Amino acid sequence: MKNFSIKPPQVIILIFLIVLIGLAYVLQMDLIVLFNESLIKLVMNGVLVLSLIPMLNAGAGMNFGLPVGITGGLVGLCIAVNFRLTGFSGFFMSLLLSVPICGMLGWLYGLILNRVKGREEIAGTFIGFSVIPLMNYFWTLAPFQNRQMLYPIGGQGLRPKISLEPYFYNVLDQFCLIKIGGIEIPLGLLAFYGLICLFLYLFFRSKVGRAIIATGENEAFSKLSGIDIAGIRLIAVILSTILAGIGICVYSQSYGFIQLYDEPLSMYFPAISAVLIGGSTGRRTYIFEAVLGAYLLQTIYLLTVPIANQILIPEVTEILRTLITYSIILYALLYRDKRGIVH
Amino acid sequence: MRLRQRAEQLFNIEHIVPVVFLFLSFFAWQVSGLTGTFVFNQVLTRFIRDGILVLSLIIPVVAGMGLNFAIIVGAMSAQAALLFVISCQVAGLGGILSVIFLSISLSVVLGFAIGHVLNRVKGKEMIVTIIIGFLANSVYQLVFLAGFGTIIPVANKEIILSRGIGVRNAVDLSMYRNTIDKFWLLKIEGLEIPLFMILVVLLFGGMIYYLLHTRFGREVKAAGSGSEKAEVAGINVNLLRIKVIILSMVLAALGQLVYLQNIGMFDVYTAHMNADIFSCAALLAGGASIKSAKIRHALIGIFLFHTLFIVSPQAGQNLFHNAALGEYFRSFVAYGTIAFALIINVKRENM
Repeated sequence: MKNFSIKPPQVIILIFLIVLIGLAYVLQMDLIVLFNESLIKLVMNGVLVLSLIPMLNAGAGMNFGLPVGITGGLVGLCIAVNFRLTGFSGFFMSLLLSVPICGMLGWLYGLILNRVKGREEIAGTFIGFSVIPLMNYFWTLAPFQNRQMLYPIGGQGLRPKISLEPYFYNVLDQFCLIKIGGIEIPLGLLAFYGLICLFLYLFFRSKVGRAIIATGENEAFSKLSGIDIAGIRLIAVILSTILAGIGICVYSQSYGFIQLYDEPLSMYFPAISAVLIGGSTGRRTYIFEAVLGAYLLQTIYLLTVPIANQILIPEVTEILRTLITYSIILYALLYRDKRGIVH
Repeated sequence: MRLRQRAEQLFNIEHIVPVVFLFLSFFAWQVSGLTGTFVFNQVLTRFIRDGILVLSLIIPVVAGMGLNFAIIVGAMSAQAALLFVISCQVAGLGGILSVIFLSISLSVVLGFAIGHVLNRVKGKEMIVTIIIGFLANSVYQLVFLAGFGTIIPVANKEIILSRGIGVRNAVDLSMYRNTIDKFWLLKIEGLEIPLFMILVVLLFGGMIYYLLHTRFGREVKAAGSGSEKAEVAGINVNLLRIKVIILSMVLAALGQLVYLQNIGMFDVYTAHMNADIFSCAALLAGGASIKSAKIRHALIGIFLFHTLFIVSPQAGQNLFHNAALGEYFRSFVAYGTIAFALIINVKRENM
């Protein structure tokens, strides 16, 4: 069934990547260090990319409402930091807290998306946009006690950037770190990522998972065969939201900061374009595609920074990134429906 | 049963959203403690600033294409035209005319392209126009931050950053500032009423109203109520949709020019930001939906939306001693209104 033909976006991305690696070599950058970083970046952003899969498979489109799940995860992180939990207990506590929070948010989000069938993407975009200012109220008014999280002056409201350095910065990154020569392989981090991939793989083998895929492929047929479409879609949305929450926890422990307020808005377009680069067409998506796409996109992001600083104007890096991201999403939106019929 | 029908008529979306806005703005105004004169003057300024931008959204809605978030591209083409003319140092009336000419031609070309693209994705126009807006913003930044001074030679060194590449963040428009705003400025006890500009906005509204009642307008309505029906009636729907988008883009470009000359300061990289979101929210606040929009929705909506917009930071300051909370509230209102319209409308379709 699976069609491995390479499509225009992948060709462009691969050419771009090869040019960048060539440039990095010519500019005598340390390719081994870049490789080490690329592995961390893969997992750092990879879980967020994986979180898109359940909704894509259920036929609910690209999850432009990703900020819903991200903010849920951030609440979990903030509570864990508020109680000054360090190391693994802090990290797992934030995961444990973000799962029910995201589950609830996902349930609400799913109920709304079930009402706007066929327009999930535009509705999701604006639900995501609206969640941000609502959560800004929470960040400002919630009674957090830890002084290190609050604004130094005034004492009201969380800082936009909370350092995780004293708590659980890099706990996963440093866990079982294997060094061979200059190459560092973060085995613990990769294992965590692998576990989530495995979970998703097994989930889509289960009865519910199969029902999700069937709903995404042919809703009318699934309805006839007795699948509760609304319920199945709700499960997919909840799962997507929970994974997004876990994704932001992993991201933050790697990055070293909890980023609040408007920051979630800058995270979901890269995630969506990553899954598209991997070969997803905006419908049925395989885990392999999400992993590959996350790796390719993050490696490109990683390479553009030093190169642009050396040969271009610094601001151009960020612009080029967004340019790539949006072009890929636009391409997918324009060519999706045609391919959907061909399969 | 009849009672229920009456209730539904009374509480349909066309009335309920403006009433909610009216209530919210009145409450926020009371809390903010701002004087009525100040708020009224500010709202009038916003009315002439954003009026044409909001009006530019109406025709695509009538054509069944939903909210055209790509008006931000029209706004950017006006800004690009302005920057090109300033960089070539064309001053005076010739400068103004060439800005208008250039921005219209740019927006026609871009509108043509976007119209073609939208014909591929019927039923998903809104999400595509949003992404087009983001993409165009990246291209715009690339051109003016990296292209100016490197690939594109610039005669006017004043607008270029000291490193010789890229346009400055802010370009002064004092030579154009308020050139037309001050015509027929009525002053009644502290109220300043720029009568001429109000008439200009109303004139644009009248033009759109007239256009929707010509043959072209009837065709647009037919296309909006169902493509197949319109095809049967012998209308070339695809061509019509392209025309609609071009018209909307040209109006947006002109609207952005009015906006910039009113502000008098041109923030090169941020002036167009949110032009699409705020215009859409204003239109919806007036009672429009993503399926139907009338001139009066736009005109009422600007008043309601911007009243709330002006008073909410001060209201937040007074209520919570934190002006930021008022700003969160107004961005929530802007995004939330659009989200609400999207959710509600589809629900009604399903019924």
